[in-house]
Amino acid sequence: MDSEALLDCVTSLSCIVTQTSTGLIVGSLLFLVATGLTLIFGVLGIVNFAHGSLYMLGAYIALSAFRITDSFILAAVAGALGVGLFSLFFERFFMRRVYGADVLMQLLVCYAFILILDDAVKIIWGSEFQSMGMPAYFQEPPVFIAGGVIPVFYIYLIGISASIGVGLWLLLSKTKIGKIVRAAAVNPSMTSALGLNTSLIFAGVFAFGGALAGLAGALAAPVRSMSPGMGFSILIESFIVTVIGGMGSVSGALVGALLIGLIRSFGSIGFPYFIEGIMFIAMAIILVVKPSGLMGKETR
Amino acid sequence: MKKRSQAVASQQRRQVIKGSVAALGLASIGLPSISLAQNKPIRIGMPTILSGRVAMLGESSRNAAIMGVEAFNAAGGLNGRMVELVIRDSKGRPDEAARVTRELVNSDGCDMILDAEASSGAFAVHEVARDLGFLVIHTCSETSSLTADPKMRIPNGFRAARQGVHDAIVGGEYAGGVAKEKGLNRWMSISPDYSYGLDTTAEFFEYLKYFNKDVEVVNSVWPKLFQADYSEPITRLLQGKPQAIYSCLWGGDLTSFIDQASIYGLMKDRQFFGVNMADYAVLTAIKAVPPNIHSGNRYLKSIPKTAQNAAWCDAYVAKFKTMPLNWSWENAVGIDFMLAAIKQANGTDTAKMSEALKGMTIKSPFGTDGTITMRASDHTIIDYAIAWGDLTTKEPYMAKPNLGNWKTVLELEKLWMKSKGYIS
Repeated sequence: MDSEALLDCVTSLSCIVTQTSTGLIVGSLLFLVATGLTLIFGVLGIVNFAHGSLYMLGAYIALSAFRITDSFILAAVAGALGVGLFSLFFERFFMRRVYGADVLMQLLVCYAFILILDDAVKIIWGSEFQSMGMPAYFQEPPVFIAGGVIPVFYIYLIGISASIGVGLWLLLSKTKIGKIVRAAAVNPSMTSALGLNTSLIFAGVFAFGGALAGLAGALAAPVRSMSPGMGFSILIESFIVTVIGGMGSVSGALVGALLIGLIRSFGSIGFPYFIEGIMFIAMAIILVVKPSGLMGKETR
Repeated sequence: MKKRSQAVASQQRRQVIKGSVAALGLASIGLPSISLAQNKPIRIGMPTILSGRVAMLGESSRNAAIMGVEAFNAAGGLNGRMVELVIRDSKGRPDEAARVTRELVNSDGCDMILDAEASSGAFAVHEVARDLGFLVIHTCSETSSLTADPKMRIPNGFRAARQGVHDAIVGGEYAGGVAKEKGLNRWMSISPDYSYGLDTTAEFFEYLKYFNKDVEVVNSVWPKLFQADYSEPITRLLQGKPQAIYSCLWGGDLTSFIDQASIYGLMKDRQFFGVNMADYAVLTAIKAVPPNIHSGNRYLKSIPKTAQNAAWCDAYVAKFKTMPLNWSWENAVGIDFMLAAIKQANGTDTAKMSEALKGMTIKSPFGTDGTITMRASDHTIIDYAIAWGDLTTKEPYMAKPNLGNWKTVLELEKLWMKSKGYIS
């Protein structure tokens, strides 16, 4: 533990700005992945263990789209849409068959797809790692605020994540679609009895959750190298975020992701050799104090 | 009497028939089996990583080994006996590497093992070789202790890969000189948090300080292997305000770090010494190699700058449609030593091949003077080309390589071995 370095940092405005922005950056991408995961769990009641692979697929699709179009915006859209369509196929033909089945069966189906997708990526894009590289229009010197440094690309990234977060909140809480989705999540049988196609709702939510993971992969592509199997590490962190925030809670995913981001950022100064440990300790403490997670609803 | 003679004739006829059948049986089963044994291919087992995040290690190793075997077979093999590679995926897990190796020897009938595992797997394969007694040549593990530590050494175990301490000595001498010239006294490091990262970084700084006493290492950052986001380590480096940074991150991790460090402006007005930068996989993945980058050569077509090296690289590219990597040349050397040992021993007897390998010198495109020697004292290769230099964005990438002087390397390595208690 380097308490002196941590004290120096929290008493220095430049360090606070740098580390806080770093926490927001780490949290932003985590939020996009975790929010898809939690949305699927909240509505469909299943844990999509293949969610990390969807993140990977989004990154690779974006890479190909970027190479063809040279446009990062089109690449990000292609990553999100491509994975959204794939998720729709995955849900309709495979996951739909294991709704209500034993969790081990769901795990088996997801694990099979993790292996298939890893191999498919290897066949299509190769086993060597790939890199998109920073698009020319983001190759700007970093911004300095109060002596703290923030890369320009990350400012956009935080903005996109924040916009999606707000948009999702508005969609779920202020629109008819949101009401229907929430109704299907609470009582699918009653929703179906009211004449609404719950099967379609489930497929739509699964595809949307997958598209968010794909978008996260696409947004990360300029700064994170890609290789088969890359989705595993982000899956673990997304689970931590989802558990901390509360399974099924989108606002919980936001709070959890930002919390993990800030823990990682400031933890790297004060506890450089124990960052992973702090994340798990934070998760344990939250679960002891509030077993349903920070924003999760208590179940009886 | 007539009946008796008829009976004798019948018995003889039966004997002839029996004899004919026996001879036919022998001809169809026995004799060819002797002939088959003589022409039975020599099987070389190759455990390596062909799946997961470092599958490129296995693929680039496999490619080079295939090239070596094909050339050997095209030249007639061992008196007409061909060599066959049996390649298995260990998935990067040491336990699986050990299991696969046992299977290659016990079930697949492999006579020897070309071990293209990363360090963790190589140590596991080494113990299997100690147990079963087959010949093994490690081709990807660069951890010095694998062959330097006498406790690890076995009579049937060899290494045909660069060694961490050799790289550290050449890198320390080069970086010490650059540090003196540019006044770089404040150093930090960022390396992966596992044995390779920890050992290699410590060895580099040991020799950096040996060649430049003014150097001060203010802090080190240890991200996880395969970490996706380097924002926190980068901001820690920024807070430390170093003049120079050393790193032994490799592959996709190094690419991610450089891409992310660039947008933080970390590389601006700083010198970066990344031992693993000069490999085609990294150089072609990073779209804009920042200025002020120094590297050791992993594999470059121009180091050593010889027609043989360039020809080998061209042949590799023509066959596999991809550039060779560091593991490629290491496996090319490994298979060449193994095939030379088979020839010299005139067969696959482990003791004879091991004896042949001790002190063996082979012609190689990757040698400083066109040859590489398998040192008899510790079963590891020397005289391979090690160079450090600053990088440019295009081929040849390292325009002015500083080739390591093997006399200096061997002198300092001896002192290092003494300090470790490996020799007295």
